[in-house]
Order: sequence, then structure tokens, then C-alpha cells
Amino acid sequence: MERRSSAVLLSVLFFGIALLYLPIAVLIAYSFNASPLVNVWGGFSTAWYGQLLHNRQLLEAALLSLEVAVAASSGAVVLGTLASIALVRFARFPGRLLLTGMVNAPLVMPEIITGITQLLLFVSMMQLLSWPHRGFTTIVLSHITFCTAYVTVTVQSRLQSADRSLEEAAMDLGASPARAFLEITLPIIAPAIVSSWLLCFTLSLDDLVISSFVAGPGASTLPMVIYSKVKLGVSPDINALASLIVCGVGVCIIGAGWLMTRSDRRRALEAQLAGR
Amino acid sequence: MRPTWLTGRWLIILPPLLFLLVFFLIPFAFAFKISFAETAPRVPPFTDVITFTPDHHLHLALSLGNYRYLLTDEVYGVAYLYSLRTAFFSTLICLGLGYPMAYAIARSPKSLQGVLLLVIMLPFWTSFLLRVYALEGIIRDNGFLNTVLLHLGVISHPLRIMRTSVAVYLGIIYSYLPFMVLPLFATLEKLDPTLLEAAADLGSTPRRAFLDITLPLSIPGVIAGSLLVFIPAVGEFVIPSLLGGPNNLMIGRVLWDEFFGNHDWPVASAVAIAFLLLLAGPIAIYQYYNVRQTEA
Repeated sequence: MERRSSAVLLSVLFFGIALLYLPIAVLIAYSFNASPLVNVWGGFSTAWYGQLLHNRQLLEAALLSLEVAVAASSGAVVLGTLASIALVRFARFPGRLLLTGMVNAPLVMPEIITGITQLLLFVSMMQLLSWPHRGFTTIVLSHITFCTAYVTVTVQSRLQSADRSLEEAAMDLGASPARAFLEITLPIIAPAIVSSWLLCFTLSLDDLVISSFVAGPGASTLPMVIYSKVKLGVSPDINALASLIVCGVGVCIIGAGWLMTRSDRRRALEAQLAGR
Repeated sequence: MRPTWLTGRWLIILPPLLFLLVFFLIPFAFAFKISFAETAPRVPPFTDVITFTPDHHLHLALSLGNYRYLLTDEVYGVAYLYSLRTAFFSTLICLGLGYPMAYAIARSPKSLQGVLLLVIMLPFWTSFLLRVYALEGIIRDNGFLNTVLLHLGVISHPLRIMRTSVAVYLGIIYSYLPFMVLPLFATLEKLDPTLLEAAADLGSTPRRAFLDITLPLSIPGVIAGSLLVFIPAVGEFVIPSLLGGPNNLMIGRVLWDEFFGNHDWPVASAVAIAFLLLLAGPIAIYQYYNVRQTEA
């Protein structure tokens, strides 16, 4: 009975994993298809990858998306880290419940609602303050908003498990709270900060819906260009581009995961050596 | 000493609080305001709701027309119901598939868990748009699935999946499955194995022990996972737009068309506000569980 149920569980697990990966595997395989017909295998070729380099529209969109992703994840890491410190270290302050709600809500809020409400804000701000012009600035601001939520959740859990007594010891030895934080706590949560930067980078690079609303007529991010091409059907050069992005993002995520587990292991080892 | 500490504290709290207030919460107020406006041929394309007359009196021009329009034009009702139904059944299927997956990961050796979780997480972070596009490569009429099935002789005509409800369901399940597995794993992992041993010692069958112990204790994970799938799925735009047909009108797609197709910002705002009211319940439950979990 026990063994049979394990077998059932494991087969569901592998079925689920296969379901998650099969489409991506097929996509990557087809990106090397020499034939422009998507259902005929015409031999191995990297021609579609070469073509990407000559597509100005795609290159410009990719550049904009990369700039947005770097700016948004950097901004979000600062705000998210501050928010997680506030939520973990300050048990009581006015607006605590509000902050908790505002860092969690973007995680589930349908993008389409966030997108339209933020656009209306930007348009109204433009009328009142003549700022911000729609384009790079508005895309970055809206990406910072949802990325901050992800950073807060990631850093918060790391900060909760951090040993507070080290910081207290530093302060007993005369370090100011700021210095104790910078020298003790920051190194402990650094892996979480770096990995959440990487996660935000991929989230920002991927966002279609919110960017479409707030970008305005002039700017197009990479997902917006891809979406308008994909709307017309499957095409081999998009297969190549998609494979590149999926692999690039995969490397980022595995890097982020590796950073987190490595620092976990090192901390466990240090705790062991310290005889605890 | 105390006042500087206090200011230091606010230097940490205020930046994220103010930023999220301005760029996340206040936008809803603007959407609410503009949902009472009317379209106008100007930039931005709607009438002023709040104006000041020359003698400094506040003037409110509220129009309930957009909400009346939502109630009378049956497209919106149909789209809301279709979105709720699609999200509900997709969530159930995700739960049916995700629960055994999470359970299998939670029972696997600790050294393997990290790798398995990363395997589940990887698609979750990988481009959503591109994954939906990749799925299209599998299910379209001359796609991978039909090619394989025709080749094996299982079917004689290609299956028609694209542009149907089945494609939308597949898209949502494929895209949101990791959202279900992760919270379920988080609760199942915390489950104390001695409870199950005790149940077994007291003569309970594994099935009975599962129903009496594992399942009730994993309810928070079931709720969190289901809401993480259900709420974004109701508002899904990319999946019905790329995989669905003209009949698969989900509310996100209606809102998008109203905004980008008809350039009717006030109606689009009203759709968003009505939609948000519809989701207020599920979002509140999610927040409640979340706060309880992080404070615990």
C-alpha cells in the first residue's frame, strides 16, 4: 500500500514536471529548425539566431527592456529591503498593517488592474505636475512597484531567520545600530538581496501587461514587440529569441537559487563549528 | 538619543511606505474617480470629474453611465461569469495535480528537495509570455501533440485545441501550476512526521491517517495555493488572447479591448473597479492568511 501510493505520487510529480518542461524543450528544438515551416524538420540550423541580430526593432526593444530591468530591480531592492527591515524589526508603528497589505497585494493583484490604475495615476500626475512623461520613467516606476513586493517577501523571510543576538552583541560592544546593521545583518541578508535582484530582473524583463498600459505610444519593451509578433502566429525567429531569453533567465534563476543554498550551507556549517 | 533613533526608524519605514502609497494604492483612487467620467475627444480622453469654478467652488460632474452600461450590456456579465468559471475549474485541476506533486516533494529526501523545488520554480520565474507561446507550439493544429499522435496512429485527424476553452484551461494550468505547488509544499514540509507515526501505531491505515491528519493540517497551503492561482487567473489576459478563440472572452481581455481598441478609458476604469470589488473577498482572505503566517 505504502509503496504503491509512493509510486503514484512520484508518477504525478514526473508528469507535472514533464508538463512544465515539454513546451519549452520543443520550442528550443524548433528554434534550430532550418525549415521556415514550423511543422517540418528541415535539418539543424542556427540561421534564425543570426537573423535576430539584423532586426533593429527587436534590438532596440531589447535594449529598452534591459535598461528598465536594471533600473527597476535596483530601485526595488532598496525599497524592498527597507520594507522588510521595517516589518521584521519594528513590531509596532503607525501604518504597519497598511505596509503589510501593500507589499502583499501586488503579488496577487491581476496585472491588468495594476496596469490601468497606474496609467491613470501617471496621466493625472502629468496634468497636475507635468511629470512623468510616459515611457522609460513610467515603466520603471510601475515595475519597481510589483518588484518591491517580491523583494520584501524574499528578504523578510531571510531576516526573520537571522540571528538577532549577533547584532545585539555588536551594539553591546559599542557599535551604533546603523553600524551593527551594516556590518552584521547586511552580510547575512546579502544573498537574499542579490537573488531577489536577479528575480526582479527577470520579472521586469518579462512583463507585458503593465508595460503595455504605462509605456505610452513611443516606447516598446521586448515583450510588447514579441506579443505583437506572436499574435500573428508562430514564427521561427521568435522561437530563437524565446530560446535565448528562456536560457538567459534560467541561468539567472539557477544562479539566484545557488546563492541562497550556498549561503544556507555556509551558515549551517558555521553554526556547527561554533558548537551550536 | 531617542529622537534620533525615532527619525532613523522613519527613514527606513517612510520610503517604501510612501512609494507604495503613491504608486500602488492612490492609483485606485484615480481609477475610481475616472470611472465616473465620460469619454471626450481630447488628451487624456475623458471629462473632468472634479473641477473648480472661477469663484473657487468645487464642482463634481459624476456620471453613473459607465456602471449602468456594465449592467445593461450583457458582454460584461458574460465575461465576468466566464472568467470566474474558468478560473475556478482551472484552480481545481491545479489543486488535483499540484497536491500530489507537493506531497511527493515533501516526502522525498531532504537533499533532493532543493533540486526538485528549483525544477518547479524555474518555469514559474521564466517568461510567462514565452511559456504561453511555447504551449501554442504544442497544441496548435500542426503542433507537436498532433504530429506525434497522428504519427502513432492514435488519431486520424488533428485535434482542434487552439482557440477553444480547452486551450485556455491548458494555458492557465500550465502557467499557474508552480503557484499551487510552492505554498502546498511549504505547509506539507512543516508537517510533523511523528503525528503520522503515532496514527500508524494506533492502528490507523495510511489512507485514514492522510484524511485525518495530513489533509486538515495542509488546509492553509490549499487555501493559499488556490487563491494564488484563482485571483490572477480571473484577470488573465495573455492566455485567452493568445490561445483562446473569439468566444473565450475573459474579463481581462474585455478590459484590454475597451482600453486599446475602443479608447474608452472611463468604461475600462469602471470595468477595473467592478472587477476589483469582485476580487475583494478572495484578496482579503489571501491577505488574512498571509499576515497570520508571517506574524506567526
